[in-house]
Amino acid sequence: MADAIQKDFPLLHHTMNGKHIVYLDNGATTQKPDQVIRSICDYYGGCNANPHRGAYALSVEATEIYENARRRTAAFIKAKRPEEIIFTKNATEALNLVAYSYGFHNIKKGDEILITISEHHSNLVPWQAIAKHVGAKLQYIYLQEDGNLSEEDIKKKLTERTKLVAVTQVSNVLGLKNDLKPIIERAHKMGAVVVVDGSQSVAHMAVNVTELDCDFFAFSGHKMLSPMGIGVLYGRYEILDRMPPFLMGGDMIEYVQEQDTTFAELPAKFEAGTQNVGGAAGLTAAIDYLEKVSFDRVEEIEKELVDYALPKLKELPYVELIGCDSKRHNKTGIIAFNIKDVHPHDVASILDAEGVAIRAGHHCAQPLHRYLGLNASCRASFYLYNTKEDIDRWIEALKKVRGVLGFGA
Amino acid sequence: MALEDIYTELIGEHSRNPEHKHALEGATCTLKGHNPSCGDEITLQIIVKDGKVADAAFTGVGCAISQASTDIMIDLIKGKTVEEAKTLAHKFIGMIKREITDEAELEDLDDALALQNVSNMPARVKCAVLAWHTLDDALSDTKK
Repeated sequence: MADAIQKDFPLLHHTMNGKHIVYLDNGATTQKPDQVIRSICDYYGGCNANPHRGAYALSVEATEIYENARRRTAAFIKAKRPEEIIFTKNATEALNLVAYSYGFHNIKKGDEILITISEHHSNLVPWQAIAKHVGAKLQYIYLQEDGNLSEEDIKKKLTERTKLVAVTQVSNVLGLKNDLKPIIERAHKMGAVVVVDGSQSVAHMAVNVTELDCDFFAFSGHKMLSPMGIGVLYGRYEILDRMPPFLMGGDMIEYVQEQDTTFAELPAKFEAGTQNVGGAAGLTAAIDYLEKVSFDRVEEIEKELVDYALPKLKELPYVELIGCDSKRHNKTGIIAFNIKDVHPHDVASILDAEGVAIRAGHHCAQPLHRYLGLNASCRASFYLYNTKEDIDRWIEALKKVRGVLGFGA
Repeated sequence: MALEDIYTELIGEHSRNPEHKHALEGATCTLKGHNPSCGDEITLQIIVKDGKVADAAFTGVGCAISQASTDIMIDLIKGKTVEEAKTLAHKFIGMIKREITDEAELEDLDDALALQNVSNMPARVKCAVLAWHTLDDALSDTKK
């Protein structure tokens, strides 16, 4: 099975620094299968035209490819209707759309915005900006000992003053899946809307926004086998419908007069200018690919890899694991760690020389690192094409790190 | 690029036991240098007296390359005039960016030449030059 999957990803057959590549930076971006790469080539090679505009067959075909991607995406995350899917360039743009079009107009002075300390900067900095601008208070849910969200903080800080809750489904550093349902239920009871960052979840587990009952859900295509430059914002229809446009320009209007404009219906209202149709075609192919493999299988592969890696890492006395204390039920395929005495960047460079790609730094989560008392960390993140051999190569490379810098084992 | 060409004994020694990593009392100039993408952060402190770098030290966190580079830099600039120290900083940055390749011209970088191979590692260039940029900024400020 692993071989059959690996075969689909041309980049995994390349070398890095003369060694067969071991790609363990899937939290940053995933590699793309042939099926996705081909779909983009097919679009530009056979169907390219500006959608929604031309009264000719090619433009109609481009429109169909684009709108089909919307329907497929809606079905993929179980949205009730395709109009609830807005294409953006990535999760960051999707979250900014909510911050600017919803936050600015609905959050007032003295209100509270509640986020978690483990948010990626993309689901943190926009809320900071809105809070500052309107005079609202930005509150944080901190963590329990095991890295999971503090239930006490949720109870204490999610109150009637809270107007918006922004929370990630899976932390991009700790790799822990948050239990969102109780948060969303409590938020709705308090009259707050909930924005979910699905960047680290949507490629790794089945997502059902209707069952989750969240108000917004954002993700990037490139972290789920699709090309860079296509992202998705799901929004509840009634809320999106009341929100003013985010970007203005072509294709998002109804009538434009010299001094006034009326705007198009959903979803066009939020998609100004020519959109990334090639990216949308790639996203459709990625959804096809993932549904064919099935999320049961994806989760099984990642769980096997983590179960295989953790005991081996725990055997190395100089490896400090981060966010691995939690009972295993909500751990995804992300392992953050440090090597005693060695800065993460040196670890990453030494692994690079061994052909192993991991992430080093703060992973766009500076407040979380500061909260955990860390300056930076290393992160290995797995995906469906990784194998036990990849884990072995990674761990063998880790064993060399301290020696290269002149420390004893 | 072999790892031992980057992580040489000299760099290992300076990063494990940086001689100049401490707070400096009576500093005439204190400046923070930061690589936001990786979190490397150093605070450089200098005592300039009679136009010369009388003493210097640093504190902060960072990778072996940034720490060793800072420590070696301080070794080199102590006792030099402000102008000489600035010239060395420009020379070092030029070496890492491969803008200066003439060995004779680089000779007075002395131990800092051990970092020349970092120029073959684009991902680590900013680690090597952080202290030298900070030095350049700090000394330009003192002149004002």
